[in-house]
Amino acid sequence: MKKIVKKHSLAMRWFHWINFPILIVMTWSGLLIYWANDVYKLGWGNTTILKFFPQSFYDALHLNYKLAEGMSFHFVFMWIFFLNGLLYVLYTIFSGEWRELVPNKHSFKEAWLVVLHDLHLRKTAPPQKKYNAAQKIAYTSIIVMGLGSVLTGLAIYKPVQFWWLCELMGGYAFARILHFALTIGYSLFFVIHIVQVILAGWNNFRSVVTGFEVVKDDNEKISA
Amino acid sequence: MIFLKTLFVKNAKLSVEEIIRKKTFISFFFFFILIGVGIESWKWLWVQPLDHGIQGGIQQPLRTILNANEKIFNKTLSSTHLAKTYPVTEAARKVRVNGNVGMGNDFDPAKWKLQVVKTNGDTLFFTLDDIKKLPKTEIIFNFKCIEGWNQITWWGGVKFADFIKYYHLENEANLRYVGMSTPDEEYYVGIDMPSAIHPQTLLCYEMNRQPLPMNQGYPLRLIIPVKYGIKSIKRIGTIFFSNDRPADYWFERGYDYYSGL
Repeated sequence: MKKIVKKHSLAMRWFHWINFPILIVMTWSGLLIYWANDVYKLGWGNTTILKFFPQSFYDALHLNYKLAEGMSFHFVFMWIFFLNGLLYVLYTIFSGEWRELVPNKHSFKEAWLVVLHDLHLRKTAPPQKKYNAAQKIAYTSIIVMGLGSVLTGLAIYKPVQFWWLCELMGGYAFARILHFALTIGYSLFFVIHIVQVILAGWNNFRSVVTGFEVVKDDNEKISA
Repeated sequence: MIFLKTLFVKNAKLSVEEIIRKKTFISFFFFFILIGVGIESWKWLWVQPLDHGIQGGIQQPLRTILNANEKIFNKTLSSTHLAKTYPVTEAARKVRVNGNVGMGNDFDPAKWKLQVVKTNGDTLFFTLDDIKKLPKTEIIFNFKCIEGWNQITWWGGVKFADFIKYYHLENEANLRYVGMSTPDEEYYVGIDMPSAIHPQTLLCYEMNRQPLPMNQGYPLRLIIPVKYGIKSIKRIGTIFFSNDRPADYWFERGYDYYSGL
């Protein structure tokens, strides 16, 4: 016998699905801006492992010579990104949902066991509630990263007016590096997130649209 | 189609399977509508008229928000918010040259005079010596290009606010904007008055204690640390004042008018 169990509130689903396209617009417009001074690379001295970004990358995504367009979109959609994130945080605080999201002192050890389980190096995963320890760490980190993007973004957007923030973020040039690195972080998060969603299956994905999950009556998940 | 009938039946009369299907259908129905609304909004934004209809401008809704940003962040600018300054040792010896619009080769330095158009229509002419005899101010700050690079550079000249004061342009300074253009009028900027009379804004004639090189806008350029470099116009030919926004070269090409830091 199957049973319908509420999983994600309507508010959470809205925040999630608004954030997704907005983050894409922010990343795309950010790339248009970065193109105009694309000096970052991974490597040392004269050795470059990875240049951000190869010309073929810009060509493939049509990112060349669009600095003005990038800045316009970035400084308009930043408001939606910021407000959506702010409302999400306020919501989790006032609804009490933060308790399911914020890691505790056991989370880091448990998260390691989750990773081993996901990589099929361990048979059992630690018991969990709505989110496992690895999810808690990931979903909390991403919010801290979001805050980081807002602060480093503001520091490089208005470095004279918010000079104290710019100093706090390590100065203009360093804040720009942080702002860039955070976006690389989102991109990695996105890749892992998509893989996990595919592995978790339909029941899990559906819950982020419908809000409910289908479970067997004895509370064991059919697929998770 | 039998399934669709369940949409109008109370859940209590349906099996669990039917409720799951019904709820899933309703949720995804609205989900796809929202995706559609998102895509259509995005498409709508792209076909909006460009502001001023100038090629390379940006869509009017974006411009509206950018102008609102200007109003918001203008409030956080204060003449006490100074761009950070640095010791001489940190100033670059080799100063980056970027942009040569308005730096045509047919410029004759011997004939140059700064023209200042007053509100009553009179035009004042200033030689470089007229400007140099005013109190000199030097600044070493982190010059920020809108492209994203920055460089600590060393400049010397006359505070624009001092220039206003010594040549009695107070009436002009009461207007909302100042416009500046190169002698050939190829490059031009518009600057809000609070930024123009900011204590770090210079009519600049020296770089690294030497006269400005030709490619840095000899004989006189603007240095305005509270703005991106696009506003630090090289080789000023004319200065005028206005309550309307003066034309701005990069604004016409889709950039933010304010471009404040």
